[in-house]
Amino acid sequence: MSLRALDRRSWVFLGLLFIIVVAVPLANLATAPGSWAHLPSFAVSLFGKYLCYALLAVALDLVWGYCGILSLGHGAFFALGGYAMGMHLMREIGPRGVYGDPVLPDFMVFLNWDHLPWFWHGFDMFWFALAMTMIVPGVLAFVFGWLAFRSRVTGVYLSIITQALTYALMLAFFRNEMGFGGNNGLTDFKDVLGFDLQSDATRAGLFVLSGLALALGFILCRVIVTSKAGKVLVAVRDAESRTRFLGYRVESYKLFVFTVSAMLAGLAGALYTPQVGIINPSEFSPANSIEIVIMVALGGRGTLVGAALGAIVVGAANTLLTGWFPDFWLFVLGGLFVAVTLFMPRGILGVFDRGGPVRPGAPAGLALRRKEA
Amino acid sequence: MSPGPAPRATSALLYLDGVSKSFDGFRAINGLSFIVEPGELHAVIGPNGAGKTTMMDIVTGKTKPDEGTVLWDGRVDLAQIDEAGSARLGIGRKFQKPTVFETHSVEDNLLLALNADRGVFATLFATLSAAQATRIDDLLALVRLEDRRHTLAGGLSHGQKQWLEIGMLLAQDPKLLLVDEPAAGMTDDETMRTAQLLRDIAGDHAVVVVEHDMAFVQALDCCVTVLHQGTVLADGSLAHVSAVPAVIDVYLGR
Amino acid sequence: MTRLHRLIILAVLCLGITSTASTAAVADEISLREIAAGFVDANFSGVSETAQALAETGDPAAAVILQALREGRLHWMKSDEALLIADRDGREMRLFDLFSEEPAGTARRRDLSKVTVNNAIRNQVDGLIGGLTLLSPDPEARRSAVTAVFERRDPAFLETLDQAIEQEEDARLRALMEEARAAILLADDGAPLEARLAAVATIEARGGQDALSTLAAALSEDAPPALVDAAAEARAAVEARLKMWGYAQNVWQGLSLGSVLLLAAIGLAITFGVMGVINMAHGELVMLGAYTTFFVQEIIRTSAPGLFEWSLLIALPLAFLVSGGVGVLIERGVVRWLYGRPLETLLATWGISLILQQTVRTIFGPNNREVGNPDWMSGAMHLGELTITYNRLWIIVFALAVFALLLLVLRHTPIGLQMRAVTQNRAMAADMGVRTGWVDAMTFGLGAGVAGLAGVALSQIDNVSPNLGQSYIVDSFMVVVFGGAGNLWGALAGAFTLGIANKFLEPVAGAVLAKILVLVFIILFIQKRPRGLFAVRGRAVEA
Ligand SMILES: Nc1ncnc2c1ncn2[C@@H]1O[C@H](COP(=O)(O)OP(=O)(O)O)[C@@H](O)[C@H]1O
Ligand SMILES: [Mg+2]
Repeated sequence: MSLRALDRRSWVFLGLLFIIVVAVPLANLATAPGSWAHLPSFAVSLFGKYLCYALLAVALDLVWGYCGILSLGHGAFFALGGYAMGMHLMREIGPRGVYGDPVLPDFMVFLNWDHLPWFWHGFDMFWFALAMTMIVPGVLAFVFGWLAFRSRVTGVYLSIITQALTYALMLAFFRNEMGFGGNNGLTDFKDVLGFDLQSDATRAGLFVLSGLALALGFILCRVIVTSKAGKVLVAVRDAESRTRFLGYRVESYKLFVFTVSAMLAGLAGALYTPQVGIINPSEFSPANSIEIVIMVALGGRGTLVGAALGAIVVGAANTLLTGWFPDFWLFVLGGLFVAVTLFMPRGILGVFDRGGPVRPGAPAGLALRRKEA
Repeated sequence: MSPGPAPRATSALLYLDGVSKSFDGFRAINGLSFIVEPGELHAVIGPNGAGKTTMMDIVTGKTKPDEGTVLWDGRVDLAQIDEAGSARLGIGRKFQKPTVFETHSVEDNLLLALNADRGVFATLFATLSAAQATRIDDLLALVRLEDRRHTLAGGLSHGQKQWLEIGMLLAQDPKLLLVDEPAAGMTDDETMRTAQLLRDIAGDHAVVVVEHDMAFVQALDCCVTVLHQGTVLADGSLAHVSAVPAVIDVYLGR
Repeated sequence: MTRLHRLIILAVLCLGITSTASTAAVADEISLREIAAGFVDANFSGVSETAQALAETGDPAAAVILQALREGRLHWMKSDEALLIADRDGREMRLFDLFSEEPAGTARRRDLSKVTVNNAIRNQVDGLIGGLTLLSPDPEARRSAVTAVFERRDPAFLETLDQAIEQEEDARLRALMEEARAAILLADDGAPLEARLAAVATIEARGGQDALSTLAAALSEDAPPALVDAAAEARAAVEARLKMWGYAQNVWQGLSLGSVLLLAAIGLAITFGVMGVINMAHGELVMLGAYTTFFVQEIIRTSAPGLFEWSLLIALPLAFLVSGGVGVLIERGVVRWLYGRPLETLLATWGISLILQQTVRTIFGPNNREVGNPDWMSGAMHLGELTITYNRLWIIVFALAVFALLLLVLRHTPIGLQMRAVTQNRAMAADMGVRTGWVDAMTFGLGAGVAGLAGVALSQIDNVSPNLGQSYIVDSFMVVVFGGAGNLWGALAGAFTLGIANKFLEPVAGAVLAKILVLVFIILFIQKRPRGLFAVRGRAVEA
């Protein structure tokens, strides 16, 4: 089944991904520092971060590109996954924290807490934390989606309340009382499963895992979108009410992809935290989520490969430009939003497959007028 | 959903009695009563705004009636059911404006409409059976779109979209077809072919057609109900209703 | 010999030969001086007793000495134990006469010794000074005196207070004095019961937090039960009243927040509600309005300082033009190509918001800019227990005025008519000769211009920084979504409901949690009424 789900482009993508996943750690570990082929360690983590964003973008493309649900709150699911993993890494620190408390993370000692809040229990076990990185976003998405889709909140209204969702979570996580380190978030991690997070080998390992997660997430999404259920999703995107009159419970389909997508986003966040070394409430900021959207749009929505591509392009541009001309980046990013929506509604990949599907709503020419009711 | 085989209140397939519906105080449907027997072909005519589309909305669960009875098959209360539920009961609907899935191929449009389990996980693992493949071939032949099988529906002409939608309706294999102004945008030839097709379908399926085109209604050669301001003005054969003075007043003559 | 010494000798000499009046004054001075001598080399209880004794003379001059004591300026010369006031000035001490407060030369620090006080004495002295200045000719001094007396409830002041009440001409001050008297009586176990019961009533009528604490603290342990009961009842009554004022305060603050939300959202209600366009750059248009105000004030500061009071009025039309102009540019350049694709519009305008933010950051820098309040915008008035600041008041008025104006424009002007026509049926409006493109630009420009007006108002209460807009965008969308798009009244109801809900939740839940609760509430509310409070119904919206 999974093999049929992969078309030629998917294979090209997976092949490239494989090459990167092999080459990057090799260039870091197997070469001497100073040699022309050597890749510095920070770059490995940086590329790992791009892969995490790519997985997040693929997850978003599943709901937006295929089902028409423009979520402006996917950063929240990502951040929740990141926090779940961060909680495990905090517990791993054990007595090596600044205050040396065997159980309580430093920030709790600092706040004079004398015991662990109930929701921190269990996170000392890796498998539990890993499960939570997907269960927590999944449950949130399920509850939120159940409420929203059942009452048929669609289009921009849905987008706006997903934005409100991540905004509310951001405010909540800024509070010290929430028990997630407030403003500073979770940081100063030492190791994961006994591997030192600062060591090159661990970084390379996390990078490979990120690549693997991206590949698996991508294949899962391909399986979904090439199944009959995937065709229903596209049907919902193109003509929701027609789909209902054919007897499909649209809300169930939306709920299903939204939840799956949130879980993938959580997994991406879980891989992001150890590589970046910190997770804090700013990950919940609406601007972050909307940046993911532009990654998907730039690469070409409804293609999955495009989403991953867009994430890597935008991520790299961000790193390079903020390094070279810090003041310039927001102009570029802002310009990107405008240019992509106006001139490249089908993204980079759309430019390649002319003659491919024409999405309704994508303009034949620029002069498209508002649809009459 | 319905608790056991409740006693049938009526032998009719679709039974509307005293149904009313207001929008912001405006009565779009006003004490409407309307019956469709199994296998019957029935035309509904009436001026714009008479409430024809709203009636279909009520039958398919898109709009909830304010009062009155809407019974399916003599026992299921359609007022309690949503759009998907009505489709699963066996009510197929064609919209006034043709709506097909534009980014799906003609074939996939039919595939999605085929009568099969509509659950998320069922479709996730669904595979195309030989019987389904044959059925799709048959339908393609019926709506004369064999050579467009792999074309995206968005690339079809207006008339072809109408046909595709009718094909999708048939693929659902419903007990009742609600067809809203199918002839709009068709050539005379296509109109006549559509009328012929609907007559062929009737018998196996009950069909309710809303149409303005008198030639088309004539070609259907069936029982006609005239709707005006949300109530039935007259019904009977076309010849009969055409002679009713009230109908001439509000609709035909002038 | 210091001047002071000479003065004393002079005074003593004069004692026998001057007229009665001046004799009395000098006699007072001498007796004060004798009493004050108790400060020299005294321990804390000695200082406390001396201060008390000084105050009991009732002589306003004693207040000066006590004030010096309070401020730690009272010293005595080690050589002759003469008291004087001294301020440190480098290594020297500058000396002043105890009575005339005139400069009296300098002395070395080590020649002086300071009368030291602790906090208990400071508190005591505050009350004592209060009692002494009750009779001061300066109404402000009397006002602060009476406050101090009210708080100290010292029976020693009763006599002075009675005298002050008799003399007082200002009715408000007299009422305050009566209340202070009541507070003293309440605490005085020697006073007759009726007088004390009457005192309870007076304090209850005063109301407020200090009445509450007086009623709670004034009664000694052996106060008669009748009085204790009366005081408890009075407290309950005061508390109930305070609670009402608390609600009033919440409502007021809610209205204030609501007006801010309304200002931020009302332009959005036009672009989103009337045109169906999601303008994510709306917050940045507000920010442009605020920066226009800053710019106008900057010009005024450098070239016409006299116009400062008018700066906001000058900024209003300019802000409308600046933001409105940028709005028209956005509409003509970007939004118009995206009609019918709301999600793309959302993304493109988000991009524009980033560009606008960064532009302002590049020009004006990333930090907060100082925008001044004209006089008529600063200060506050009191309404019972309510404090109403003028800037908040004006913003409420302004928000409602903008609202009314927009309503008029949409209802009763040709452009308003055309706007509604285009919204309802674009094709037909175009057929009837309405230039739909122009109407689109004007509508968008109007919404943007109103955002600019909001920016002028918000510059008075918020930090003017490039991030100003960001902080309002989620909230203003919530207002529009909650109120129901396409309806200005919905925006009004939404803004004030959310504002007041927020302020009522804040005392219970804290500011951040209140905001979260409101957001969660809206998310749940949208489930129930996906189209908001004032939904526009009909087929058009469902298509
Ligand atoms: N959802 C709705 N909201 C408001 N009015 C509606 C709605 N649906 C239908 N109407 C009104 O009900 C009346 C009947 O409409 P409709 O059933 O479409 O007429 P017909 O199909 O016979 O032309 C029309 O006046 C229409 O405006
Ligand atoms: Mg109709």
